[in-house]
Amino acid sequence: MATLVYLHATENIGKGSLELVTYARKIDSDVTVFVTGEAPNASLETLGAYGAKEIIVNRVLSVSNNQQVCAWLAQHAANYSTILFSHDFNGRSIAPRLSVRIKAGLISGAVSLPETNGAIKVNVFSGKAFGFVKCLTETRIISLLPNSIAPELIGGTCTVREVNEQPSTQGTIAVLEVKKPEGAIPLPEAELVVSAGRGLKGPENWGMVEDLAEALGAATACSRPVADIGWRPHHEHVGQTGVAIRPNLYIAIGISGAIQHLAGVNGSKVIVVVNTDAEAPFFKAADYGVIGDAFEVVPKLTEAVKKFKAQA
Amino acid sequence: MKILVCISKAPDTTSKIAFTNNNTSFDENGVQYIVNPYDEWYALVRALEIKESIGAEVTIITVGTSNDEAIMRKALAIGADNAIRIDAEPTDAYFVALQLAEFAKLNAYDLILTGKETINFNGSQIGGMLAECLDSPYVSVASKLEVEGKNIRVEREITGGIEVLQVSLPAVVSCAKGMAEQRIPNMRGIMAARTKPLEVRPALPVDALTSFSSYASPATKSAVKIIDANALDTLVALLHNEAKVI
Ligand SMILES: Cc1cc2nc3c(=O)[nH]c(=O)nc-3n(C[C@H](O)[C@H](O)[C@H](O)COP(=O)(O)OP(=O)(O)OC[C@H]3O[C@@H](n4cnc5c(N)ncnc54)[C@H](O)[C@@H]3O)c2cc1C
Ligand SMILES: Nc1ncnc2c1ncn2[C@@H]1O[C@H](COP(=O)(O)O)[C@@H](O)[C@H]1O
Repeated sequence: MATLVYLHATENIGKGSLELVTYARKIDSDVTVFVTGEAPNASLETLGAYGAKEIIVNRVLSVSNNQQVCAWLAQHAANYSTILFSHDFNGRSIAPRLSVRIKAGLISGAVSLPETNGAIKVNVFSGKAFGFVKCLTETRIISLLPNSIAPELIGGTCTVREVNEQPSTQGTIAVLEVKKPEGAIPLPEAELVVSAGRGLKGPENWGMVEDLAEALGAATACSRPVADIGWRPHHEHVGQTGVAIRPNLYIAIGISGAIQHLAGVNGSKVIVVVNTDAEAPFFKAADYGVIGDAFEVVPKLTEAVKKFKAQA
Repeated sequence: MKILVCISKAPDTTSKIAFTNNNTSFDENGVQYIVNPYDEWYALVRALEIKESIGAEVTIITVGTSNDEAIMRKALAIGADNAIRIDAEPTDAYFVALQLAEFAKLNAYDLILTGKETINFNGSQIGGMLAECLDSPYVSVASKLEVEGKNIRVEREITGGIEVLQVSLPAVVSCAKGMAEQRIPNMRGIMAARTKPLEVRPALPVDALTSFSSYASPATKSAVKIIDANALDTLVALLHNEAKVI
């Protein structure tokens, strides 16, 4: 039976949305996408090439009012056997509500398509293991971790239909403001991440980390003590108690590789470690390692990246 | 005001993660349980800060067996006023959320706080489920929370920024980093916790909606390739040609 994908789309369609539509299409070719957000119809239509058949866009709803978005989706849910969300901050607020509302099991943090027995692989123990979860209800809700499936262009077109459904709710949630930090790439979606730890000695030394990140087009991150002492902002803290990330490339500079740090980053496809201590535990989790002083290695690596980019 | 903080147990962050019974259950051998860090450091401490600044009664609730009373006493030692344990072995998030909702409905809480997720199952499900059961607004993964009369002002990180929300009470909020700082219980707190009320209530019969069938450990990495600190062009070339990530 058909699949429903929920997307919140502003401006352009991001890679995460293409991943969701690809995942949905692989479960069942009859894919309907329910959208909130300002994305213009022309960009929504590009989803057709990834397998969407129909797009239903509701521009009167605020995504932050998860009560309303949930009520809207619930009105239509009966026609679908699989309902897909991204396991991001929007999926985390709407999917569990919908699970209760329509009494359908929620499998959160999925990292692969359903197995032949119907079980779905999910991330557990903060990336230290996987679990296989079965849904015991006929309709299943899945929230997919970003970077778990490659978007597949199959060609095709879809229709876009606009609706203005606004279910009433009990409480209220109003967006007062959105503060935008300057130019930074948001960490959870970043494909390349440069991260540094206490080995950098002080906040004044982060310039070289930012230079490397800029040369690569990467986001910056840090270990927990670095955020705790205030060298870097809290939202850069990755690990078991910070942000969990799954970029294609994670470069860890002057980070020892404590188990709590690894928990948030070992979903990365490729890990590069720069550390003076050849015995640092991080080397065991790394694909490539450089044993050396960050203060010498990082500027040289930035030069090497710039040289490579200039040739490419 | 009345605040309910949902507390769960989690294996100590240094625990070895292994499975038994043909990979169908978590190997608890030698595992120490702690209060789930998000619940303790952020949800509970923020509730206590609110209590200290404007006055509140802070109740903690856990759906679990008598084994969980040790971590509940820790939460009482940090400063919660009283504790409720719903006596059951959790089967899935839906089961837990319905138990929590059943109790919450009896008591008209103004604010219910959960952690962002448990560090063992990472579901991030229970807060939203509970909010839906109570027909309340919900904010997930909040990093700041202020009470302003009949509303709360909450911040959370979204793609490319920080969203500031005004939410009517009663409401449910899941708490993450930024919300508060970890507190270590002192001797007085630990002594006081021994005599604070911990009420045990029976669970409702609820059928789970999902079930874990098995677990697997991640594939072990092949050995690291060490690159000479003076050959960083080689590293860049490997990242491009071999790893294909740049
Ligand atoms: C419950 C709990 C939860 C936690 N959660 C997290 C979490 O989410 N995220 C997290 O990161 N941590 C977390 N931690 C902390 C974790 O255990 C470690 O203490 C922390 O990750 C260490 O940070 P670090 O590697 O930056 O510092 P250190 O351990 O001090 O390591 C610094 C590293 O830099 C190297 N170094 C020094 N000088 C140089 C140089 N010039 N060039 C190159 N390398 C150099 C050293 O060899 C060393 O390996 C948690 C701890 C607990 C108890
Ligand atoms: N057994 C439980 N009893 C009480 N609260 C719980 C329980 N399990 C989870 N929670 C709360 O729900 C939050 C999210 O859990 P989860 O949805 O499992 O990731 C946790 O941080 C706790 O605050």
